[in-house]
Amino acid sequence: MQAFTTLTGIAVPFGAENVDTDVIIPARFLKTVTRKGLGKGAFAVLREDPDNIFDAPRHRQAPILIAGDNFGCGSSREHAPWALADLGFKVVIAPSFADIFSGNAFKNGMLLVALPQDQIDRLMEVAATDDITIDLENQVVTTPFQDRFSFEIDPFRKSCLIGGVDEIGLTEAQGAAIASFEDRLAADKPWIGGAAKRAA
Amino acid sequence: MTKPRTLYQKIWDDHVVHQRDDGTALIWIDRHLIHEVTTPQAFEALRLAGRAVRRPDLTLAVPDHNVPTNHRFEPIADPESAAQVAALAANCADFGIEHIEINAAAQGIVHVIGPEQGFTLPGVTLVCGDSHTATHGAFGALAFGIGTSEVEHVFATQTLLLKQSASMEVRVTGELGFGVTPKDVALAICGQIGTGGGTGHVIEYTGPVIEAMSMEGRMTLCNMAIEAGARAGLVAPDAKTYAYVAGRPRAPKGADMDAALAYWATLKTDPGARYDRVVIIDGSAIAPLVSWGTSPEDVVAITGNVPAPADFADPSKAAAAARALDYMGLVPGTAMADVEVQNIFIGSCTNSRIEDLRAAAAVVAGRKVAANVKQALVVPGSGLVKAQAEAEGLDRIFIDAGFDWRAPGCSMCLGMNPDKVPAGERCASTSNRNFVGRQGPGARTHLLSPAMAAAAAVTGRLTDVRDLMR
Repeated sequence: MQAFTTLTGIAVPFGAENVDTDVIIPARFLKTVTRKGLGKGAFAVLREDPDNIFDAPRHRQAPILIAGDNFGCGSSREHAPWALADLGFKVVIAPSFADIFSGNAFKNGMLLVALPQDQIDRLMEVAATDDITIDLENQVVTTPFQDRFSFEIDPFRKSCLIGGVDEIGLTEAQGAAIASFEDRLAADKPWIGGAAKRAA
Repeated sequence: MTKPRTLYQKIWDDHVVHQRDDGTALIWIDRHLIHEVTTPQAFEALRLAGRAVRRPDLTLAVPDHNVPTNHRFEPIADPESAAQVAALAANCADFGIEHIEINAAAQGIVHVIGPEQGFTLPGVTLVCGDSHTATHGAFGALAFGIGTSEVEHVFATQTLLLKQSASMEVRVTGELGFGVTPKDVALAICGQIGTGGGTGHVIEYTGPVIEAMSMEGRMTLCNMAIEAGARAGLVAPDAKTYAYVAGRPRAPKGADMDAALAYWATLKTDPGARYDRVVIIDGSAIAPLVSWGTSPEDVVAITGNVPAPADFADPSKAAAAARALDYMGLVPGTAMADVEVQNIFIGSCTNSRIEDLRAAAAVVAGRKVAANVKQALVVPGSGLVKAQAEAEGLDRIFIDAGFDWRAPGCSMCLGMNPDKVPAGERCASTSNRNFVGRQGPGARTHLLSPAMAAAAAVTGRLTDVRDLMR
C-alpha cells in the first residue's frame, strides 16, 4: 500500500448520487488477470460523451473526485478502485460510501473522505476553478478561500494509510493467535474442517 | 447471566481471533468460495510474496461469471473469458484448491452451489469475492462479499481484519398475498429503505413472513441485502434449514452432524437483545413489484404507473429519476402493465433455484412466448438444479413455450458473457441489479420475480401475474 499524507490538486466536481460499481467500471472490462490498465474502462459509459467531465482539459488526470451520496454501491469488484486509481484519482470525497467499496479503496491506499452535503456543495463550487487540499494527518479538507472542513476516519485505516502498511504482514504477526484459534476450532467444531474435500 | 445478544453478535463473537484496541478485530473465516473474476490478481500476489493458501480445505472454486450458457463443450470463444476460466483451473491446481470445473455436473453459480453442496452451513463466516455472497445468510451464516485484496488476505491467513457493523432488524409482518413472492419482499425492502439504507449494517430478517419462507425464498431475500446497502443479511436457522443441509455432499455427518445441530440450535437472537435499528414492513401490503428505474430502490407495484420526477420531494432524487426515465425510455404516468419487453431472463444467483423454475413453469405451462419477445432465457443456477428441473419435466414446459433452456452460469445478469440485452431493448429480469448498462450497454432492465418474468414472457409486456394465475 502506498503511503498517503497530504495532497493538493484539481478535483472533478462530479456530484452524482448512488454511483454504482457498474458505472465506475462495467463488467465487460473485468475480464483481466492483472490490476493494471483499468482506467480505459473507468466511467466508460459516461465517457462515451465527448463533453464528459472526466476528459475535460481541466480535469483530466485530476487526483480528487467529488461525488454524491452512497458512492460505490453494488458489486464487490476491486476493479472499481483500480480503475479510479488508473484514471489518476487518489481521493474521493462524498457524503457517504458503500461498505465493500470503502474497504477496497482503503486496501489500495485510496483515501475516502465523508463530508456533509453542504460542504460537498461548497467544494463542488471551488473545484470548478481552484485546487483542494486534503490533509490526512490533521483530518481536514481546505480550499484557498479559508474553507476548512474536518472529517472523521477510522484510526486503524488512518494509520495504515499514513504508514503504507502491508495488512497481510500485520495479520501474519498474529500467527500464534490464529494457530490457537484453529486448534480450538478443530476441537469444538470438528465439522468445519476438511469441507471442500468431503465430497460425496 | 450474560447480556442478551443478537444472532449477528453471537456469530461475530465466536469468530474473533484477536481484538485490537482500535476497534478492529481479526475474524476467522470458515468458508471461502471463489470464482474466476475476482481471484487472478489475488493468486498473482500470493505468488509474488511466496505465500501459500493456508486452508485449501475450507476453500471451494467454481467458474460462473464468464461461462457461456450454450455450446458448453466447445472452447470459450472470447479469449479473455477463456483465459480467466483457465487461470482459475490452473491456480486451483497450483494451490491445492478443489475446483468444480466448467463442465462438471455440480458446476453452477457460486451462490447456488455453496448451499447445494452443503458447503454453506449455519453459524459459519463465509466470504467470496462477490457482493451477492449475502445470499448464504439465509442459513444463519455471516456471509459477505469481499474485494480481491481481501480474497488474498483470506487465502494467506484464513482471517480478515474487520470492524463490526451495526445491526438492523427487518421484520416482515403479516402474510404474503396471492402471487407475491420472496423477490417482491426483497424489492419492497429496497424501495422502503433505499439502496443506501442498510449501509454499515448487517440485517437480520425476522417475522412471520420469513418464518413461513422456504430456504430458496430466504436465499432470494438475503441475496438482495446488498441491494439495500447492507453488508450481509441473516435469517436464524430453523428446522427448514437443518432439513435443507442434511445429507448434502459436504455437510457434516453422523456424530459431527449431531454436534453441529446442538450448536445451530443456539443461533438465534436472545429475547431482550437490542438491534441498532428496526424496520417493520407489512408483508400483507406487498404487491407484485417491478422496477422502473436504474436502481433497485426504483420499484412500483405492477398495478401502478411510471412515476414523474416531480413526485420526488428531494431535488437530487427528482434529478436522478429524470435521468433514469430518460435512460429507460419511459414516460411518466404510463401504466407499468403497458410496458412492452423484448427480452426475458429467468436466472441469476437471486432466482435460479428449483423453486424459482417451478414458479415460472407453472405460469408458462400451456402458453407460448409472445411474438414481440426476441429472447427468452431460462438459466438454471447449477447443473444439479438443471437435472432436477429436467427430471420434473420443467425443461419441456419452457422449450415448448419457446424459451431457450440453457446451461448454468451468471448469464444475462451482468453483461460479462455472451448473454446480453441489446441496447435500447427492455428485459424482464429475475436478476438483482437494474444499473445503467448492467445487462449490456444501453440495456433497460425491469427487475421482478420468476412468476412475473414468466407472465411477461407470455404476454410480451410487464404483466400482473395474478391475472394469469386466477
